Amino acid sequence: MTESILQDRTGRNTADRVQAGLKRRYAAERRFRIYGLISILTAMGFLAALLTSIAGNGYGAFLQTHVRLDILFSKADLDPGGTGDPAVLRQGDYDALIKDALAHRFPDVTSRADKRKLNGMISASAGFDLAQMVADEPEIVGTTQRIWLPATGDIDVFVKGNVSEKVPETERRIKDVEIGWVKALQSTGDLELKFNTRFFTSGDSRNPEVAGIWGAVVGSLFTLIITLALAFPLGVMAAVYLEEFAPKNRWTDLVEVNINNLAAVPSIVFGLLGLAVFLNFFHLPRSAPLVGGMVLALITLPTIIIASRAALKAVPPSIREAALGVGASRMQTVTHHVLPLAMPGMLTGTIIGMAHALGETAPLLMIGMVAFIVDIPTSPLDPATVLPVQVYLWADSAERAFVERTSAAILVLIAFLICMNLLAIILRKRFERRW
Amino acid sequence: MTRHLELKTAVMDKKTEDRSEAALGNIPSTKISARNVNVFYGDKQALMDVNLDVNAREVTALIGPSGCGKSTFLRCLNRMNDVIDICRVSGEIVLDGRDIYDRSIDVVQLRALVGMVFQKPNPFPKSIFENVAYGPRIHGLANNGEELDEIVMSSLERAGLLNEVKDRLAEPGTGLSGGQQQRLCIARAIAVSPEVILMDEPCSALDPIATARIEELIDELRANFTIVIVTHSMQQAARVSQRTAFFHLGSLVEVGDTVDIFTNPSDKRTQDYITGRFG
Repeated sequence: MTESILQDRTGRNTADRVQAGLKRRYAAERRFRIYGLISILTAMGFLAALLTSIAGNGYGAFLQTHVRLDILFSKADLDPGGTGDPAVLRQGDYDALIKDALAHRFPDVTSRADKRKLNGMISASAGFDLAQMVADEPEIVGTTQRIWLPATGDIDVFVKGNVSEKVPETERRIKDVEIGWVKALQSTGDLELKFNTRFFTSGDSRNPEVAGIWGAVVGSLFTLIITLALAFPLGVMAAVYLEEFAPKNRWTDLVEVNINNLAAVPSIVFGLLGLAVFLNFFHLPRSAPLVGGMVLALITLPTIIIASRAALKAVPPSIREAALGVGASRMQTVTHHVLPLAMPGMLTGTIIGMAHALGETAPLLMIGMVAFIVDIPTSPLDPATVLPVQVYLWADSAERAFVERTSAAILVLIAFLICMNLLAIILRKRFERRW
Repeated sequence: MTRHLELKTAVMDKKTEDRSEAALGNIPSTKISARNVNVFYGDKQALMDVNLDVNAREVTALIGPSGCGKSTFLRCLNRMNDVIDICRVSGEIVLDGRDIYDRSIDVVQLRALVGMVFQKPNPFPKSIFENVAYGPRIHGLANNGEELDEIVMSSLERAGLLNEVKDRLAEPGTGLSGGQQQRLCIARAIAVSPEVILMDEPCSALDPIATARIEELIDELRANFTIVIVTHSMQQAARVSQRTAFFHLGSLVEVGDTVDIFTNPSDKRTQDYITGRFG
């Protein structure tokens, strides 16, 4: 009786039959593990390639070519009356000071064309720097100062080795005569690559050598704060209502279907909605982080609601029963027990939504956050741009020197993202509880 | 058959004890009385015309095969079924002269009077102290921290847990063993000083030693609380309860003194169930 169960028609018993299949089963397991490893390694490889290429390209933007010149802040030019009045000082022709210093440094340059080239070596914004120096320290008027001034993008590109001398002169923007000046300056130590602090502290500019990312960082920060302040409470409350309080009927089903559909709507559609409703109907300020944040909040809301509902569903019903059993009201059950337990999951969903919002470009183009803005925004109502839009703007610029700045802006964007995620992980760890 | 004999001896021991109590003049008064209770889950009827009285300061055991409606009935007593959308209850359940399904009854207040202990120990993922303090705190039973401490300590004491946990009140309640967790849940229930405690198979997830501990506890709590317990273990019903109700397929088949139900059931189905012929 026992034998007929354990043995098949060929007379082998169970142990033998299991034995025969074991090898195949283990092989399948090994294969599966290898597939998994391959896919992870591929993904990591692509990520590494992407990051190294961006970092390799962007690294150069953290350094900037500077030229040292002896600038004479001539009293006769800047302050003829000798009054020291700041308004008079502001009117001075500071570009002329740089031209004089250059002419002094290279006295043998005489032709008009060469002079224009020589003056073009120093950034067009350098005059503003000098004016700022005088405004800060009026007593330097009448003295000669050795000052490091930023060189133009073309010089910078050459100094960093991104343009070869071997290319025929007609095919490169930097001419032989300029290369001669660069070498002369280098030989006396008057031309150096210095850390580009301006990149991290100033706003956008048409001149790549003085263009900075800070305006976009602040714009992104304001936009994301608005997004978070709107989307998180709204999303969590919607999820709590739908999951814990709403009756399950055709209306809530409809709402649920619509939320899932909204999560899949292309973001540019939300941008158009923002343009039509927030700008044209409510007349909110154009290009402002306030409107950008509102549009991004609409985009992230479905993600947050869906993730929050999943987190609420994952809270064991026994906890709800326990709270109700000792006489907690539904509201108390939710706020004292269910929400704290669901919070880590909700935060995860929020972070995914916020990371999505940080990288969003298309809808912001619709509401004018693509404008060229030099000033650093001081409130969510000021015109601003955001990091991904800045990347888009620079990637679109003709100057060679913007190439590395584009990559550097991407690096800053990624660093911003990592900081945001770190913060989220810390927050989540604080809320996480075992049960 | 042996099972039946065991039951009989257990019941016989109790018989003398219970009868002597009755002789002392402990005439039970009705605490809860259910009349024509019907429960529907959607179209499915889970309970049919149940009429049952629960006596004060007694343990009433609800027994019956799985799916017979005993847990459903238990959950009607503190309106835990309210949270199930498709559940509908008709009939009346009177607690101390008031219909608990009446509009004027506040369900939060009802649950403060009728506590519950669940099948699976479900302490909150908070400290042991917080677990017990939660009920008194939300109901405002303590005027200050000292009073709250006192309530927590006495509840843990009455649940027989104080000695085991007094040095680690700040540790999470979920870190205790299964039996300790269940006693913590009992402490949590009695901290609100309810009048009735409902227990839904409180020992089904516990080992025999922890079960014995809980059963002792139930016997002690009987002095102050009215207890309704659902159990799958006939021995447990025989050991802890004074009255037993047998449910089958959504109807109450028979209710009476535990001694009578186990020694001399009047219905054939009860007889079959307690002798292990089905269920």
